[in-house]
Amino acid sequence: MQEECLLTMRQIDKRFPGVVALNGVDFTLRKGEIHALMGENGAGKSTLIKVLTGVYQMDGGEIRVEGKPIFIKSPQDAQNHGISTVYQEITLCPNLTVAENMFIGREDSVWVRRGKYEKRAEEILMDLGVPARSTQQLGDCSLAVQQMVAIARAVDMKCKVLILDEPTSSLDDKEVQMLFSLMKDLKSQGVGIIFVTHFLEQVYEVSDRITVLRNGELVGEYLTEELPQVQLVSKMIGKELEELSNLGETEEKNSEEQEVFYEAEGLSSSAARPFDFSIRKGEVNGFTGLLGSGRSESVRAIFGADKVNGGTVKIKGQEVKITRPIDAMKNGIGYLAEDRKRDGIIADLSVRENIILAMQVMNGMFKPISRSESEAFADEYIKVLNIKTASRETPVGSLSGGNQQKVILARWLLTHPDYLILDEPTRGIDVGTKLEIQKLVLKLAEEGVSVTFISSEVEEMLRTCSRLIVMRDRYIVGELKGSDLNQTQVMKTIAGGEA
Amino acid sequence: MKEKFKRLFSGGLGQMTIPIIALALLVIFNLIRDTSFFSIGIMHNNDGNAVLSGNIITIINGASELAILAMGMTLVTAACGGQDISVGAAAAIAGSVFVKVLKASTAISGGTVVLAFLCACIVAMLFALFNGTLVAVFKIQPMIATLILYTCGRSIAYWINGGATPTVYSSIITAIGGFIPGIPVPTPVLIVVVMALLFRVLFHFTSLRLFTQSVGINGDAARLNGINSTFIKLLSFLILGVCVAVSGCIGVSRLGLINHETLLLDIEMDTILAVAIGGNSLGGGKFKIGGSIIGAYVIQTLTITLYAMKVSSTDVKAYKAIVIILMVVIGSPVVKERFGKFMARLVHGSKRVSVKGVEE
Repeated sequence: MQEECLLTMRQIDKRFPGVVALNGVDFTLRKGEIHALMGENGAGKSTLIKVLTGVYQMDGGEIRVEGKPIFIKSPQDAQNHGISTVYQEITLCPNLTVAENMFIGREDSVWVRRGKYEKRAEEILMDLGVPARSTQQLGDCSLAVQQMVAIARAVDMKCKVLILDEPTSSLDDKEVQMLFSLMKDLKSQGVGIIFVTHFLEQVYEVSDRITVLRNGELVGEYLTEELPQVQLVSKMIGKELEELSNLGETEEKNSEEQEVFYEAEGLSSSAARPFDFSIRKGEVNGFTGLLGSGRSESVRAIFGADKVNGGTVKIKGQEVKITRPIDAMKNGIGYLAEDRKRDGIIADLSVRENIILAMQVMNGMFKPISRSESEAFADEYIKVLNIKTASRETPVGSLSGGNQQKVILARWLLTHPDYLILDEPTRGIDVGTKLEIQKLVLKLAEEGVSVTFISSEVEEMLRTCSRLIVMRDRYIVGELKGSDLNQTQVMKTIAGGEA
Repeated sequence: MKEKFKRLFSGGLGQMTIPIIALALLVIFNLIRDTSFFSIGIMHNNDGNAVLSGNIITIINGASELAILAMGMTLVTAACGGQDISVGAAAAIAGSVFVKVLKASTAISGGTVVLAFLCACIVAMLFALFNGTLVAVFKIQPMIATLILYTCGRSIAYWINGGATPTVYSSIITAIGGFIPGIPVPTPVLIVVVMALLFRVLFHFTSLRLFTQSVGINGDAARLNGINSTFIKLLSFLILGVCVAVSGCIGVSRLGLINHETLLLDIEMDTILAVAIGGNSLGGGKFKIGGSIIGAYVIQTLTITLYAMKVSSTDVKAYKAIVIILMVVIGSPVVKERFGKFMARLVHGSKRVSVKGVEE
């Protein structure tokens, strides 16, 4: 038994100022297994991975590779010990060829023998069944192939432990299957694979074992076949599952008789094609469609986030001009952007400053919110939204993804909007927070706030929205409500009758 | 006290720690070298006023223009993530305008001086607007954008007074550059205090700090939250323009003449350095004006110390460079982080020991 263990991590501790990220966590990886590492955001998955790859130094504990204790001082060090990582975002160079990417940084002499490398790369790619040529530019390959090239590079570096951090988040189904067959191949060669993902189905498809973390502590290690999916979820969020399914019953979907709050006709922007759209007071509707279908571009046009080209917009029947975000805000519209890091948080500023930002902008530069007032606002929303932060003065960048999202939600809630646009508010955040956000959306609607909710997970939209606008190739192709609101109908409309 | 100590060290070094320690070290060094270095005396100047004198006064007085420019530069740095290298040249222009207006009137009264200053201010702000437009509207790197004025600024200053270096004779100007009768503190020092207070008032009664920091940290997000980042960047340049005019006028008043070639020569680099020593990121974002002011005094103390040690003016720059390398390296994120960890361990360790002591 002991010999099988490729990697053992014992009693790993990691503290950040004010936060215990890992508290005595154990993790064991055996030879030739695919081991899923599961947990909510902020559970400590990424911290554990970063300790293992030398990005962070652990504060306590022991790591052994094949029984020998090792000390990992840097990512380079981790590679020397046979631990390789393929990150969510591809960290290779798109403007170099596949072969160059595979050998970059480890040429054995200054004279690069292109031919030799290309031949070697071709062999490895063939071996692993990666559909790419070694002389191809990496940027020309699909994301899945780029991912596989990154794995091929790791494999060629004689890695024993391969860490795949959310490798499937930007792949389509076919590409996921390609990746999985590659993973199974490597597994049969004795490589141990740590698989981090948010997709439960994928865990059950490929993994042999599951380790669950919660709040920086180990919940347990399980054989995949012995742990039903329902139990896995409840272990991850630490709640019983009944709580999860209760959500749908309280919602009321009767806003038909309410007045129309926002109405656009032929609205178009530099990124969105002309479209008509309206929303009633207290209504929750959604835009759905595949990535790139134009759903985000449409809501950005509503908020004036991109250059507006034309169309008429009415709010409560009055014609208004919304060409910049500030116009939209003054008309009671709030917008939570799709890309939290790029368009949402001001990372170095504190939670407090991030929360009051939009309100301060609406007040104008000459009416600053006083320190004590802003502290009160921050404390209130930290409590209401249950934001996990060391203090209100903690830089928001050091919070976990879900909590960052809550801070931005707080920012908009503080402005008491009449109409709130939420673009992918639940992406990349844990199940528990997802549920809280869904509940919040329904509560807001009850209070009379109109909400547009966008999510890649159709199921989540079905639960919250009373009307779904379906987009394809940048056009609105359908609108579903009432009895048409079900998964099959949505899929059919998205696919356009071909399904 | 203990809490304060912990806050200072456990979370990494605070922004103000490095400049304050640097200043303290310089002071201690000077005290050891020459105990009378910091003695302050009272003497009578040419006009018969009782005024303070001594090295420390020379330092604080001499750093005035630098400190004022550093305040404005901090704001530009924070909003734009880059620096204005034309402040010296622009100050020469502002100074030339100041003198031109003064020379135009036959008798220099208080009103004339105010008018001249306002003219200098408007001209400096126009040039700042030019710089700001290149940066905020055309998105040109600040250093490249301001390189234009850096190159041609002193030529423009030369044209304003027709190539001459006119002298201004006026007791008001002497008072601005030296001492106001009855007040023993040099007037430029008082102006620095007034400027610092103005900045304080500005940040207290507006949300400029929050907006500037937001624009500097994440321009995209700031825009989507309704902040007009172009305006914020322009505003930072305009405020720097005022600082430029003030320091240009002080420089002129000290000598009573405008020399467009030498007025505040090479001050732009010292200004940027003051901002950096003050612990502000030159990449923009969070900022502390107070840090930059201390940074200015650190640079000036260093310069005067070297002169007091009889280092020749040609060699001073080399010695200055050495000290600055040390300071910048010590203030770098890498060293800060390591030092922070080290101190955290010390604080943490001693806490553990004390807890054990209680248990036993």
